[in-house]
Amino acid sequence: MTRRPLRPLARILDARARGENPDAIERENLRLRAEAARAQAHARAEGRLLVLAATFFLAFGILGARMGMEAASAPAEPTVAARPAADGISANRADIVDRQGRLLATNMLTHSLYAQPQQMIDPARAARELARIFPDLEEERLHARFTAPGRRFLWVKRRLSPEQIQQVHDIGEPGLLFGPREMRLYPNGRMAAHVLGGAGFGREDVRAAEVIGVAGVERVFDEVLRDPANGGKPLRLSIDLSLQAAITEVLEGGVRLLDAKGAAAVLMHAHSGEILALVSLPDFDPNHRPNPLVEGDPADSPLFNRAVQGVYELGSVLKAFPVAQAIDRGLVHPQSVIDTRGPLRWGRFRITDFRPRGPEQTVADIFIHSSNIGTARIAQKMGVEAQRDFLGQLGLLEPLPVELTEAPNARPLFPRDNWSELSMLTISYGHGLSVSPLHLAAAYATLVNGGTRVEPTLLRRPRSEPGARILRPETSDAMRAMMRETVARGTATMANVAGYQVGGKTGTADKPRRSGGGYYSGRVIASFVGAFPMSDPEYVLAVALDEPVETSGVEARRTAGWTAVPVAGEIVRRIAPLLGMRPEIAAGTADGITRVRN
Amino acid sequence: MRGMAHVLTAVAVIALAFWAYRETHLTQQAAAELRSLQREITGLREALGVQRAEWAYLNRPDRLRELALANYDRLGLMPMLPSQFGEIEQVAFPPRPARFLGPLIETHARFTSDGEEQL
Repeated sequence: MTRRPLRPLARILDARARGENPDAIERENLRLRAEAARAQAHARAEGRLLVLAATFFLAFGILGARMGMEAASAPAEPTVAARPAADGISANRADIVDRQGRLLATNMLTHSLYAQPQQMIDPARAARELARIFPDLEEERLHARFTAPGRRFLWVKRRLSPEQIQQVHDIGEPGLLFGPREMRLYPNGRMAAHVLGGAGFGREDVRAAEVIGVAGVERVFDEVLRDPANGGKPLRLSIDLSLQAAITEVLEGGVRLLDAKGAAAVLMHAHSGEILALVSLPDFDPNHRPNPLVEGDPADSPLFNRAVQGVYELGSVLKAFPVAQAIDRGLVHPQSVIDTRGPLRWGRFRITDFRPRGPEQTVADIFIHSSNIGTARIAQKMGVEAQRDFLGQLGLLEPLPVELTEAPNARPLFPRDNWSELSMLTISYGHGLSVSPLHLAAAYATLVNGGTRVEPTLLRRPRSEPGARILRPETSDAMRAMMRETVARGTATMANVAGYQVGGKTGTADKPRRSGGGYYSGRVIASFVGAFPMSDPEYVLAVALDEPVETSGVEARRTAGWTAVPVAGEIVRRIAPLLGMRPEIAAGTADGITRVRN
Repeated sequence: MRGMAHVLTAVAVIALAFWAYRETHLTQQAAAELRSLQREITGLREALGVQRAEWAYLNRPDRLRELALANYDRLGLMPMLPSQFGEIEQVAFPPRPARFLGPLIETHARFTSDGEEQL
């Protein structure tokens, strides 16, 4: 902007010529200049005010919006583990519940005790008092650890009960401190111990510790249980606590009466493969999981899950498979007559029957009375390849897909490379192929459910599609009829629980020597696999007893018919009412009243 | 007029400042209350977890079985067995009511004592 002079010469001269006062021009110009300056200042002030107003408006606007958002936000509840976890240690672990929502595993907040020796006032007294509260601590060692030079931190005790915390508080020693600990609790004790497995501490910190699964479903679903994204939703298993308890009780009774080394039982849904109960004895308390054996046979440890890890040659229960296969292929039908003259020779090997029943028997009789020779002859009709394929289809040649850490390592044992003709003959009646009781339960489920494949699972499956078809429904009908006959008049009569149409097959197998080569005499594995009710089987039950002996008679009896079968019968008697099944007794004419229609 | 506006503005500023101060204070109070409530909820949740564990522990099948056995004299509880199911025909008809004519006699009595009673 060009500055205009206050006294422009031209106008001054002009004014002088006209005789006016030239000062008036200067004053006029001064006034104009002042006016311009004022206008400018006004504009600037206005602008500033506008900016200020906008700022205030914005600030209040933000406040208002924030208040609105706060008012509209959904209320969130903090969880127990919402406390800031130390170093990303997530101390939250979801519960495990049974199929009806009953608690199988949960967490509890306890405290662990640690010491900071440099803060201690009287280490000697602290050691003495601690040894008095916890009898398993030694005063001298504790004192030595408290007074060791350079020691700044040490754990004293992992888990304390509230009473113990109070007692430690009462010592009044400032160097003894508590750290919170989530503890895994199995309120049912030993119930379903092998399914649950157990949990231990992973990474540890003063403020928190990670609980990790060490076996069973706890290990398999470790990630899922610890995933905060799941929001602590409990893991629902297919196990039913009441059934598990009833079966455990009966099986324990059986083990005691029959002086068995161990036992296993599996109850499975015949269509969906849901495992309702899985018991292995001896068992353990997952709250105090014992250490695995470092030497000797792992099968002697209570940690050993006989139902899943225990692969045994189970004997005659496997006879159902060649019979079913032969019927399915139309090679025989239940009334076909088979030559059962013994012994059946194959090279140096002789196959004999436990109780020979004549030179010829029908297929049904071979199954019902468990003839080795007859089954071997049936297997001969089909050949090695067919047998191998069929057993593979039933899932008997690979580890179970069940959700347990132990399952993938429990491989069935069979002649992997040289499945010879002789192997075929012995496998047909259950020797030479070692599978677990759970394998058998799943395969029998296929036999009785109409012929579709069943994959065992420990998870609740509300509705499931039937698996791949392996057998024709008519074959399944024939197998069911023969299994029912076995219980009604064959080797398993003691399992004939009135009203529930139990059917099944027994197996008694000599235990192979651990050193390899040959079998023990007088040591057997007795098993029974059955299903009920046979008209439309819903449940498959497999029971196996390790070295049972029944001594009520004159001579000791070890066959399954005297050991596993009565135990299985008692199990059915106990669990069928729990499953809500009423016995179907042929309707009697009560009080002589006849039903009529009118 | 102009002075009036200035006074009003000043009053408005003071009022707003007071309001803002009060809101801040209330917010802080609410936040403190929220924290204490969350602590309480956390504590209660922990207690709830303990109660649920306790409930499951007290209801564990082993203990219930022992209790049922120990109190057999009073409760007579037994494991469920197939023999406990029954048929509807096995249930006897209820005995005929002893005072079958009772209501009739009552009505009759009322009728006779009060002649205007309507049936």
